[in-house]
Amino acid sequence: MAKGEDTPHLPQPEFVQLLSPDGERVDHPDYDVAFTDDEYRSLYHDLVVVRKLDTEATALQRQGELGLWASLLGQEAAQVGSGRALRPQDMAFPTYREHGVLYCRGIDPIMPFGLFRGVDQGGWDPNEHKFNMYTIVIGAQTLHATGYAMGVAMDGKVGSDDGEAVIVYFGDGASAQGDVNESFVWASVYNAPLVFFCQNNQYAISQPSERQTRVPLFMRANGFGFSGVRVDGNDVLACYAVTKRALDDARHGQGPSLIEAYTYRMGAHTTSDDPSRYRIASEVEAWQARDPILRMRRYLEKQSLAGEEFFAEVDEEARVTALHLRERVLDMPDPDPTVLFDNVYPNGSPELDEQREQFVAYQASFQGGAHS
Amino acid sequence: MSTLTIGRALNEGLRCAMERDPKVLIMGEDVGKLGGVFRITDGLQKDFGEDRVIDTPLAESGIIGTAIGLSIRGYRPVCEIQFDGFVYPAYDQIVSQVAKMHYRSRGKVRLPMVIRIPFGGGIGAVEHHSESPEAYFAHTAGLKVVSCATPEDAYWMIQQSIESDDPIVFMEPKRRYWEKGEVNTDAAARSLHESWVVRSGSDATVVAYGPMVRTALDAATAAEEDGRSLEVIDLRTLSPLDMAPVYESVRRTGRLVVVHEAPGNLGLGSEIAARVTEQCFYSLEAPVLRVAGFDTPYPAARLEEEYLPDLDRVLDAVDRTFGF
Repeated sequence: MAKGEDTPHLPQPEFVQLLSPDGERVDHPDYDVAFTDDEYRSLYHDLVVVRKLDTEATALQRQGELGLWASLLGQEAAQVGSGRALRPQDMAFPTYREHGVLYCRGIDPIMPFGLFRGVDQGGWDPNEHKFNMYTIVIGAQTLHATGYAMGVAMDGKVGSDDGEAVIVYFGDGASAQGDVNESFVWASVYNAPLVFFCQNNQYAISQPSERQTRVPLFMRANGFGFSGVRVDGNDVLACYAVTKRALDDARHGQGPSLIEAYTYRMGAHTTSDDPSRYRIASEVEAWQARDPILRMRRYLEKQSLAGEEFFAEVDEEARVTALHLRERVLDMPDPDPTVLFDNVYPNGSPELDEQREQFVAYQASFQGGAHS
Repeated sequence: MSTLTIGRALNEGLRCAMERDPKVLIMGEDVGKLGGVFRITDGLQKDFGEDRVIDTPLAESGIIGTAIGLSIRGYRPVCEIQFDGFVYPAYDQIVSQVAKMHYRSRGKVRLPMVIRIPFGGGIGAVEHHSESPEAYFAHTAGLKVVSCATPEDAYWMIQQSIESDDPIVFMEPKRRYWEKGEVNTDAAARSLHESWVVRSGSDATVVAYGPMVRTALDAATAAEEDGRSLEVIDLRTLSPLDMAPVYESVRRTGRLVVVHEAPGNLGLGSEIAARVTEQCFYSLEAPVLRVAGFDTPYPAARLEEEYLPDLDRVLDAVDRTFGF
């Protein structure tokens, strides 16, 4: 059942918003931001670059250069706002869609492309980047983040301004998973320094969020013993403010909290999906009016913080960055077949050593033959 | 040398590992104040504190999932699954996350976890408390699976498993927890992934692991009275298998019986039979036979004696190998 025009997922009263879709600053009794002019411009810059890289990735998939892409289109504010709120010592546990958070961590955006091109399955060190590998199994990473956050507390790294906090991303679909609910229990009873950041993009592939929950998702936190807040997920300022507060509370030893970033997946679930089968165009149009980049641009214009020249510069930089990314993706070599057997066990396995030897000999038997 | 039960040897081994490395944690349901339902972790929370011996919420996926995060943070969690039949809520985290993290990260992530599972039947328990799920884990690349059969192995293998950077599923023969034996606490006699001949013989080979090693040894004693000399091999490592001692033995005896409590269909015995057939084909005097649990759900306690391989079923299989 597609959603009708009369229910375009408009925000509920509990919604924290600091920037209206028209680009007007909105006051909120509990949340505010105090950015410099440069910082406002750089938030816009990140939103634009992140969207451009994402668009490029979708194009690469359509051209056969990626096996799959999970687009973040429409969710740029939720990811840039929360990602920019992270401090260097904080740890993030993404799903497979947090390309924008990855970018805001200062990580080379090429990093997840090995996974989507099929030349590896992630292959990065979570501790080096303070950014865990993408997790495909829905919700599984919430428990990993909880355990990691328990470790942070056991290491004595909470309770001060320099404390460490952990953030874990998941979606409205994941909220139905047992692991997510278990992670709520664990984070609560161990008072883990963890921010649960739920991007409610309204759909789990084809299923609307009403199929996952009968109460607004942020309200679930109460039942688990911590606080929840719903934020306008298309408002980068509000996402930043709410996430920064939650991270600071966590690093000071105030325990976990849940943020529901109310947003919309403007594109398909992944490049394998066809959203026209389960949602109507008018719903998408209603959300286009709430576009996260457009409202930030309007704000910059209204405040005279930027003009055409700046916007053109950002667009050009995004274009060049995307082009550069494309070239590097195309240059990614296929892995040597023998890596198939590598890194199954830290200490190796004699059985696998034997299989590798047989495989190498088998491959070599075709040298100069039909399979060479 | 001390005389310890298997349960006590595990407890002492865990204590040594915790003393040696402050990153070693124990976590599980009722492992702290109670000392575990089998008392394997008895007294450890009192001595090491609630942060190192963690009484967890009653959620197995949570135990394994959070242990993964703790491992990424640099800890070495030893997770207790209270009973074999309760591991399945954690199965996804074990198979999709624990087993694959090292591979997916191209070697950059290590999860030096141990998942302890008391397994097998023979204790008259209600359902879900007597199962043998080891083949599920042995079938999963990225996990190593071991099982101890003696107090000496319990003491050393748990320490070796904790020291290993590989994720290890540690199968404990729950019905043998109270069996006593000598333990040399000065040095380990064997490495973790090594099978060995626990009783030498010349007429047929019997391979077993965990709770069935005792059964196989009893069968060998009984067979001796009938004038048959059985060689008994304790597998100890279920993944990877250490087949060299098995091949060597079968090439001498020409006959092999594999014993386990788990159902026969696609159990460890099937794999061992296939490998022995491939490697010892011209030495075999008879097909490899399996003595295993039946391909039924684990039955009600009043039927478990019929379900479980015992001395007579092992001897019956040995007899049959001489019928070819």
